[in-house]
Amino acid sequence: MSTIAPKFRLGHFIASLTDNIFWGVVLFTLIGLPIVFIVLFLIELPEIDGKLLSPYLAVTYIADPSRTLPIIQSLIQTDFFKIVAFPGFGFAALIAGATIFIERKFLAKIQLRPGPFYCGKVEGILQLMADGLKLISKEIIIPAKADKPIFWAAPVLFVATAAAFVSLIPVAPGWVVADLDVGLIAVFAIIGFFPIITILVSWAANSKFPFIGGIRALHQMVSFEIPLILSLLGIVILTGTLNLSEIVASQAGIWWIVFLPIGAIVFFISILAELERIPFDLPEAESEIVAGWLTEFSGMMYGLVQLGSYVKLYAFAGLFVTLFLGGWHGPMVVPPFPEEIITEGITMGPISIKIPGLPLFSQEMLNGTLWFVIKTMGVIMVILLPRGVFPRIRIDLLLHVGWYKLIGLCFLNLFIALGLIYGGVLGPEGFIQ
Amino acid sequence: MTTQFPPGIQLEKEDERIMTLNIGPQHPGSGHMRLIIKVDGDYIVSCDPDPGYVHRGEEKMAEHRNYLLNIPHLERPVIHDSCNILYPYCLAVEELLGTEVPERAKYIRVIASELNRCVYTMYWLGIYGIFLGHSTMFMWPMADRELLIDLLEAMTGARVTHSFFIPGGVRNDVPPNFEDRVLRQLSYFEKRLKEYEDIFYQNPVLKSRTEGTGILSREDAIRLGVTGSVLRSAGVDFDLRKKEPYDVYDNIDFETQVLKEGDSYARSRVPYLDMLESCNIIRDALTKMPTSGSVRVKLKPNPKGSADEVYRRVESGRGSLGMYLVSNGTPQPYRLKISVGSFRNIICLPYLLKGELLGNMPAVYWSLNYWPVEADR
Repeated sequence: MSTIAPKFRLGHFIASLTDNIFWGVVLFTLIGLPIVFIVLFLIELPEIDGKLLSPYLAVTYIADPSRTLPIIQSLIQTDFFKIVAFPGFGFAALIAGATIFIERKFLAKIQLRPGPFYCGKVEGILQLMADGLKLISKEIIIPAKADKPIFWAAPVLFVATAAAFVSLIPVAPGWVVADLDVGLIAVFAIIGFFPIITILVSWAANSKFPFIGGIRALHQMVSFEIPLILSLLGIVILTGTLNLSEIVASQAGIWWIVFLPIGAIVFFISILAELERIPFDLPEAESEIVAGWLTEFSGMMYGLVQLGSYVKLYAFAGLFVTLFLGGWHGPMVVPPFPEEIITEGITMGPISIKIPGLPLFSQEMLNGTLWFVIKTMGVIMVILLPRGVFPRIRIDLLLHVGWYKLIGLCFLNLFIALGLIYGGVLGPEGFIQ
Repeated sequence: MTTQFPPGIQLEKEDERIMTLNIGPQHPGSGHMRLIIKVDGDYIVSCDPDPGYVHRGEEKMAEHRNYLLNIPHLERPVIHDSCNILYPYCLAVEELLGTEVPERAKYIRVIASELNRCVYTMYWLGIYGIFLGHSTMFMWPMADRELLIDLLEAMTGARVTHSFFIPGGVRNDVPPNFEDRVLRQLSYFEKRLKEYEDIFYQNPVLKSRTEGTGILSREDAIRLGVTGSVLRSAGVDFDLRKKEPYDVYDNIDFETQVLKEGDSYARSRVPYLDMLESCNIIRDALTKMPTSGSVRVKLKPNPKGSADEVYRRVESGRGSLGMYLVSNGTPQPYRLKISVGSFRNIICLPYLLKGELLGNMPAVYWSLNYWPVEADR
């Protein structure tokens, strides 16, 4: 006898099934059908591919799924899809999840251990889902004397700011949520929000260790924002634009990392500091100040902050690729979509499939996305690598590096950019176009 | 009437800049002890170590058991260094009972105690790594330590709580072809130690963090009574294996590791150099060890000592470890006083931390080669 349902009887099971079917039919006739007719009567439905979208047409989609292609195509071109799914948050969250998995396995290999191993049978691939479920099911504890509205709002704000950052990164030609002419300035504006959220959390938690961690984070982020901004001015001088898509388009030939290696190095170090990653993880130094400004977070609030920080990691890596590594540019690897499928269809044995609409994604878009993801994952791996090699740096050395060395290197980088312009190497009249 | 503070951080008094941090006993950077640290900004004004959370009354327990039954529980304070903590006890009891230890047992004791020193130091090094945020240095010693533990397991039958040393020798002889196994393991171990040197001790970030922090001068080291690696890192050439040789340490060629700087880096480096020297000691002991012979002297079931007082000390992983044994002629010790290096080293922590940055606290604290459980006994 099964231990799950010890008093199982087939008759009761069938009775319950028929019961459910009966009530479903009754409720659908009494409530569902009137609602459908009210909708049809009052709301004007969109016309897709020459046909009016109606519930009856929607039922026919079940019979022929290829008829849904025009709908999917029109959905993909909406802003909603861009924000939620592809170049926006969903894509970023997917890469963030992949990053967490890669970080665990990659570090584990450096450190002579297997890493997550059991969950999901294949190399612990479902460990992240298990962790997420654990965090969701945990109790959220708020300190008694905390400033509750700010404390509740902070994790959501953190994720929202990270998502806003993601919306500025161009993934493929034309595939960017917000294609701003002042894209780079918008990036700086969004980065400026992170220290504010951090200090709000640490103040609102009303606890000592978050307070110290928040003050440290403030020091660190503010002092590394200046080299971060200055290191990108070289590119702005060379390209003459602040639009991130145009900056990528300008790197069709040679990437900017070739001309401005110092700027790239400074920008990379500043990224590490902004992301609070080892060796700059002072705000979360666990042996000194428990978990820094995250100490009082529990359950899914902590999970949200972690999600936000990995989305932020993706966004910074994407920004590095966009600015220095040529964004979506790369040799064509995706084969072009054959025209015969649209016109004639594919015949596979007795079934022939015909796709009447256009292809959903163009070849440039798929190819650009592929190269962008490959480069971004490469940058992310390099961002993860110091965690296996370096210990944590001290606060005075950190400020010394930020204010003294990196800013000096930034000016050197600016002079190199100016030299390239006035030396006639680059720019409108240079010999390398 | 109390003042109503606005939401936000609340200090002890409104007009003071000093904030008190209770680091421990439940804190990732404390171990089983509490550090009451007062900070002004990021600078430490004062530090008050508060050990005693894992006191077990080992000394009192020893008064109710006879000399042999004391062995299993006396090694509990430092299970990672259990041979070394039993060493002075066995020496003291042997002197009290007037037992002569066989020559082969003496060499086996030296080998076991040096292996155990490496096992302990690897554990300590791993925790030092994670205290500084170096997670690779936490994982590597923990993994390589297992191989040494396997050796000790083959030798004694237990992984960490060996109960191997007994008054009158060691409990059992080493297994056959033990020598080859030890030599093979040691060559691998030394190779790994060189990799530790590259990734940890020559790491520029680590050097910038630990060099010049928490400097203990030679005079202060002698005045505060620190022992072991802390004393030797301050430039004092004092190793009990050299100065007061016990068993066969006077027959073995080895060098005392002394550094002059006295900062956290030197304090963290002396145990590492000791590990390298331990490999040489083990090799030398294996060549000089008699190939056959008895390893223990049969004691009477319930031995009685003469009414006398004995004090013997050895160089453990954490410094001088002494046992003061008072007997009144009964089978139980009248009094057993354990003097441990951990407790004597932690005394200098308030002196070292004053005026340092809070970020230096883990680097200075754990470089003192301190084991909270041993200090509480």
